[in-house]
Amino acid sequence: MSSVKDWAAPTPISENRSGLIGKGVDRYEGRLKVTGTAPFAYEVEAPSPPAYGVLIASPIAKGVVSSADISAAQAAPGVRLVWTPHNVPAQGERGAKINPRSQRGSNPALAAKIEHFGQHVGFVVADTLENAKAAAALVRFDYAAEPADLIFEDNLDAADQPEGEEDVRIGDFEAAFAGAPVRLDETYVSPLQNHAQMEPCATTAWWDGDNVTVHTSIQMVKGGQHTLAETLMIPSTQVRLLTRYIGGGFGGKGQSYDDLTLAALAARELGQPVKVAYTRQQMFQATIHRPAVHMRVRLGAQPDGRLDAFALEAVTHCRREAPFTEHAANFARSLYAAPNRLTGHRLVKLDIPAAGAMRAPGEASGMLSLECAMDELAEQLGLDPIALRLRNEPETDPETGKPFSTRQLVRCMTEGAQRFGWDRRNPKPGQVRDGRWLVGLGMAAAIRGNFLLPAKAGVRIDADGTITLRQGMTDIGTGTYTILAQITAETLGVPLAQVKVELGDSDFPPAPGSGGQFGAATAGSAAFAAGMNLRKALAELAIGDPNSPLYGDDPELVTFGGGNIAVDNRAEPLDQLVARAAPDGVYVEGSITPAADARDYSQHTYGAHFAEVGVDPDTGEVRLRRMFGVFAAGRILNAKTAMSQITGGMIWGVGTALHEYNEVDPRYGSFIAQDLAGYHVPAHADIVNLSAMFLDEVDDKANPMGIKGVGELGIAGAGAAIANAVYNACGARIRNYPLTPEKVLAALP
Amino acid sequence: MKPFTYERPADVTEALAMAAAVPGARFLAGGTNLVDLMKLQIEQPTHLVDVSRLPLGQIEETAEGGLRLGATTSNSQVAADAKVRARYPALAQAILSGASGQLRNKATTAGNLLQRTRCAYFYDTTKPCNKRQPGAGCAAIGGIYANTAIFGASQACIATHPSDMAVAMSALDAQVEIAGPGGRARAIALEDLHRLPGETPHIETTLEPGEMITAVVLPPPPPGGQIYRKARERASYAFAIGSVAVAGGKVALGAVAHKPWRARVAEQALAGGAGPAEAMAAELASAQPDGHNDFKLKLMARLGAACLTTTGAGSDQ
Repeated sequence: MSSVKDWAAPTPISENRSGLIGKGVDRYEGRLKVTGTAPFAYEVEAPSPPAYGVLIASPIAKGVVSSADISAAQAAPGVRLVWTPHNVPAQGERGAKINPRSQRGSNPALAAKIEHFGQHVGFVVADTLENAKAAAALVRFDYAAEPADLIFEDNLDAADQPEGEEDVRIGDFEAAFAGAPVRLDETYVSPLQNHAQMEPCATTAWWDGDNVTVHTSIQMVKGGQHTLAETLMIPSTQVRLLTRYIGGGFGGKGQSYDDLTLAALAARELGQPVKVAYTRQQMFQATIHRPAVHMRVRLGAQPDGRLDAFALEAVTHCRREAPFTEHAANFARSLYAAPNRLTGHRLVKLDIPAAGAMRAPGEASGMLSLECAMDELAEQLGLDPIALRLRNEPETDPETGKPFSTRQLVRCMTEGAQRFGWDRRNPKPGQVRDGRWLVGLGMAAAIRGNFLLPAKAGVRIDADGTITLRQGMTDIGTGTYTILAQITAETLGVPLAQVKVELGDSDFPPAPGSGGQFGAATAGSAAFAAGMNLRKALAELAIGDPNSPLYGDDPELVTFGGGNIAVDNRAEPLDQLVARAAPDGVYVEGSITPAADARDYSQHTYGAHFAEVGVDPDTGEVRLRRMFGVFAAGRILNAKTAMSQITGGMIWGVGTALHEYNEVDPRYGSFIAQDLAGYHVPAHADIVNLSAMFLDEVDDKANPMGIKGVGELGIAGAGAAIANAVYNACGARIRNYPLTPEKVLAALP
Repeated sequence: MKPFTYERPADVTEALAMAAAVPGARFLAGGTNLVDLMKLQIEQPTHLVDVSRLPLGQIEETAEGGLRLGATTSNSQVAADAKVRARYPALAQAILSGASGQLRNKATTAGNLLQRTRCAYFYDTTKPCNKRQPGAGCAAIGGIYANTAIFGASQACIATHPSDMAVAMSALDAQVEIAGPGGRARAIALEDLHRLPGETPHIETTLEPGEMITAVVLPPPPPGGQIYRKARERASYAFAIGSVAVAGGKVALGAVAHKPWRARVAEQALAGGAGPAEAMAAELASAQPDGHNDFKLKLMARLGAACLTTTGAGSDQ
């Protein structure tokens, strides 16, 4: 196993001789996407004309499908099959090979036992989508409904400790809090949110003998492949899963859903390709969501702002049979110093769709609490919010005492304050007007963990010099294709145009996929390792080839650059070498594993958000006027895609603070917002002036390239900066997100 | 979407005849609402008569000094028209506050008036709705959707009309020109076009079967200031949670009723010398919030008073 010490040595990435690392190159697949020619899963052409499947959803939240009448549907035009819980083919138990918690949510398809509103109870396949929809409306179900627990707030008393988890206690929180001269004790509520990806869950499936090929929209290639193999009760080697282009994941496509299961089963049954896609409404009701969280924050401080006691206790919810904990308190374990600490989680089990991971699970909800509480405490103490944070900046990880790999939180705050004009903030709320608007400034810190998982990659060079990277990785719109091309080109010293990247295929060397902002570091490190192995193979090829100008040279002296392999002034183009010495091409693989001592360091990405908002005192409407973030996240691979990731996260944070939420109807268990007209995310007009910058950083404890993730950091803390700005603008402290006009207006005098 | 047939008439007479010939026929203009509802099978027309190419796309001066907006003028066209912007700024503001640029390019004047409610329970076909299925009941009553009516609701329906444009037209005393089968033509006040829900919320307008709107006529602009302001949950592309149009001493409120709500009580109060806040309080005295939408009282009181103050209507403040 490697050590982080191995990662400090110079590499082609750190040397960056052709300057591709960090450059804001255009998206590798951008042209395909903007011209509508990138085939997403539902659009993939099947080898023969497909049939179309439509899913039927339960209108009750809990109970059993007692009977189903499919006769009318079966007789409808074009219908190929109609399945209900009573005649759906047998499905294997899932979970042996993948995380059982994340996959239990959709196991099995068309179960008779109903665990939430919108669970699929029927499936119709017909020759056209319209015929399938028409027939689906003809299936008649009878249900035996049972009482359901649907509303989080009504069931807070039933909150339990999540299985296998304990509160984390350092020192004696209760005593320190009781004795603290300045105390804050407030509860903050973050909303339930849906992923609402542009591309719905969708699958095109066909069989060839005993082997099934599925094109589906999923963030984790191997997870999807193994799950489907288990469901179909066949070896994983008989399942080929492809997911080349994904129209948004955000964690919601970390698992597979009924479209994959039923498309594969129906294609087998019919001997014909089958396409299945979720409707927009099914995306809300029958996938996962970010659960609401109640967060009690208690802070006990000295008059100078030094924290003696800190507690964050989070209560959240999950589906009764699918335990998932939104770890909203975890981030706080590494953020501020305080000798006496308490963090923990409680879980309420409900009969609503499954809770699951959404962009920055934990931080995105959790930081909405503590980062407002710090603002409130600063006011109590008469301190600037940044000064309070500086006073509680820890030397080492405040919980474990481990050294930080890198930590530039202080610089993010001070640099951001200067560039944003934080000194113009009037600490007294409600003092600044611009026309009818009340104007205020707010800030918040950001922290998000950094991770590295095992991964492999394969790279080949062909006789024409084309270098092709292949990996069972996904690009969910984040820029993975692009950064892998940059890493490969820089490692091998070739122009970007000479590199091809092929992703999203279970036949390729496996990578864990996209999630937890570990994708670039994990997949990228494996690609880098593969590239280094290809360098080695090409060096050996040249040195061993009497026709090469490098024949007999010392392999340690071989360099790559400008498309050439060289030692001193002896060089030849790579394509010439390969065409002559290995006309069938050269293929090698590389891999990355986490360093044995990586967890000896407290390893995170950091940032600081600054926001200026206007509050309309007539309507309670809040409008973002400008927002700026400063972030430290290791070496940046692509200035453009990294900026898109980080500002995209910030924008989601704006939405979390102001717009985005869903509610459960207590009578039915259904979500009230089921489409993008009713479920509000920020529109362009909401984001008029928002920007960010990255601090220079290399984290040599993170991975061989010194990079970290940027996909989730931007949302962490962003909403709290908005809420703090709203308070500064109008004096209304609203602890229940989002800050809708209704809530703001109610809080205004 | 259910299968349907489609025809494209050359003129209004032919359009009316085509619609009369097929039971269940509907007129199709921009399609920005009807087609969405067809995809959800909330609307299931058997036959579409596409009126979008009829010669009704003009904005013309009237002899009285107003403007006639043809039924198929696009929302973008009306909002951008120099005459509209100069003389009816509240209308231009209202239109531009609605939907998105793409939708406004397609949506028409008549279609905007005839769009259907965005009540979440109307769109959720798993729930009872008296608009979708008369007699089924109303899931919005006792539900959690808060953008519901505070004026004129019934035990059968508490939905609101979603248009911004119509609210401004109501304050501007617009007239609606209607053509019917057999060459019948009539004109009604815009205020009389939409109905309150009563026991028949599925009947949303006073149009007779087979009738179509051919134009909206704006009378000469009233003396005094005009404004349209809209409160919503994000800066664009969201329906109003409350809106106010003021034109001279005329006031209409949006997102508070099954139709653009002409605030006659407030107007009378203003005419009697009341100030903006007093006038709005008088209007809102008869409002009947249902617990979920109580915020609209404070919202409309403040927004209405602010609009009246800005336009100089009302004597105090």
